[in-house]
Amino acid sequence: MEKLFNKEVSEQIKSILDGMIDPITIKLFVDGDCDTCKETKQLLKETSELSDKITLITTELNDAGDDLVTYNIEMTPSFVFLDKDLNYRGVKFNGIPAGHEINSFISAIMEMSGVSFQLSDEVLSRIAKIEKPVDIKVFVTLSCPHCPGAVQTAHRIAMLNSHVKGQMIEAQTFHDLSSKFNVSGVPKIIINDKLELLGNQPIEEFLKKIETL
Amino acid sequence: MFNFSIERSDTSVDDKVLYDFIALGAGPAGLNAALYASRKGLKTAIIGHEIGGQLKNTADVDNYLGFGFIEAEALIDKFVSHVKTQNIPMITGLWVESITKHDVFSIKLSNGQQFNSKTLLYAFGGSPRKLNVLGEKEFSSKGVSYCVTCDAPFFKGKEVVVAGGGNSAVDAAIDLARTSSKVTIIHRSQFRADQSSIDKLLRFPNVTVLLESQILEMNGKTNLESLTVLDKKNNRTYEFKTDGIFIEIGSIPNTKLLEGLIELSDTKEIIVDANQHTSLSGLFAAGDATINPHKQVIIAAAEGAKAALEAAIYINKKGE
Repeated sequence: MEKLFNKEVSEQIKSILDGMIDPITIKLFVDGDCDTCKETKQLLKETSELSDKITLITTELNDAGDDLVTYNIEMTPSFVFLDKDLNYRGVKFNGIPAGHEINSFISAIMEMSGVSFQLSDEVLSRIAKIEKPVDIKVFVTLSCPHCPGAVQTAHRIAMLNSHVKGQMIEAQTFHDLSSKFNVSGVPKIIINDKLELLGNQPIEEFLKKIETL
Repeated sequence: MFNFSIERSDTSVDDKVLYDFIALGAGPAGLNAALYASRKGLKTAIIGHEIGGQLKNTADVDNYLGFGFIEAEALIDKFVSHVKTQNIPMITGLWVESITKHDVFSIKLSNGQQFNSKTLLYAFGGSPRKLNVLGEKEFSSKGVSYCVTCDAPFFKGKEVVVAGGGNSAVDAAIDLARTSSKVTIIHRSQFRADQSSIDKLLRFPNVTVLLESQILEMNGKTNLESLTVLDKKNNRTYEFKTDGIFIEIGSIPNTKLLEGLIELSDTKEIIVDANQHTSLSGLFAAGDATINPHKQVIIAAAEGAKAALEAAIYINKKGE
């Protein structure tokens, strides 16, 4: 398959990844030739080749065994991030993070590797207080410039509290799921399959919704 | 097959430093202002929410001098690359919580960080204006959209409406006409868009225009299914079936942070003089958040430049 990143894009990404602190692992789950599986595999491979701190493990769904439960893999392509101690901290992508979504992908790599994103003490304390299981689905399109911000916020909350899982869902690849949640505008954020947020909202708005659960 | 729009902001804005000039907003006005301020020798930083500002909601630009027809994203990249030649620190992805002025301006961000500057440019642009009709809120993201670049993929092969008659509406309709089966512009009065854009739009065989037509209501069960439209020419109301509607009727200024701090117009736009001064000395404003009626990329950029040059004069006059 032809390379997805041209020289310029590779160099840009590499220069960012050079700032990684700890090593990370990305576990990708594919199902044969599923829609965008091949391209996602290629994108993650090309990315992992740009830093020796990224380990990529690709698994066919049929061979995934317990991982399907551990990481709650419900669709393919889907991939999760593990930190340096191989802990899953709720950061998941469903579908290819191309287009604008390359930004939430890079930011997940950097933050999982230990590059911190500063949040206020008040926000940190509100995140720490979340005690119920929270699933944040962020529906995106690859042409949406406002979407990566929402994905990053969901992932940040997940990284800071083990009760929270944050997942990007590429709306066109997962059309049925998008239809189930009546998604025809993005970013659309669905919390625990019942609460909705529209647009790239500040982290405080995510927390307000979560606190009503 | 896939594009990669990498954004890289620099978080090296130093909160211990007193800046000469901080541009609030990373759209054309803020970026150009920072470029001019930095070239004047001012210690400059940019604090914005999203790089590119409202330009991000547009697919293409064909009225920015020197570029001909260019994708909005490519134009943003050109702006950012140019600004980066000055090594101007930039923070994005955060919201400004408050702006205060004592001896200098203090800007508090949503993550608790605080920055100080002798002068400020306020260029936070606007947010999409809503039609404010029954059903609009209910069907938001269920057929009602305010971002063509974000949501056009959902309406591939479907029938859509664009509400509005200005440049942004016509540009949105052109963009949608490439992928949707049918595009109808519905506007309550006559076109305000550039004639060249209207001509381009009307060349698409799948485009229909309904002028002097007002959308009164949006209807449907779970998702938007139809609009109630008033034909103002004969005062007749009818139902117009559609899969989706894109609202492109201009913007409302993002000026909530300035209420009580400076003079705003009745419509909450920032009142500026011919040199971008606001009613508070040292605070300048540019772009779509101001009373300037012409909301254009090149005008916002030019206003940013004016504001930066005025800020340099202001600092020099104060002898600092």
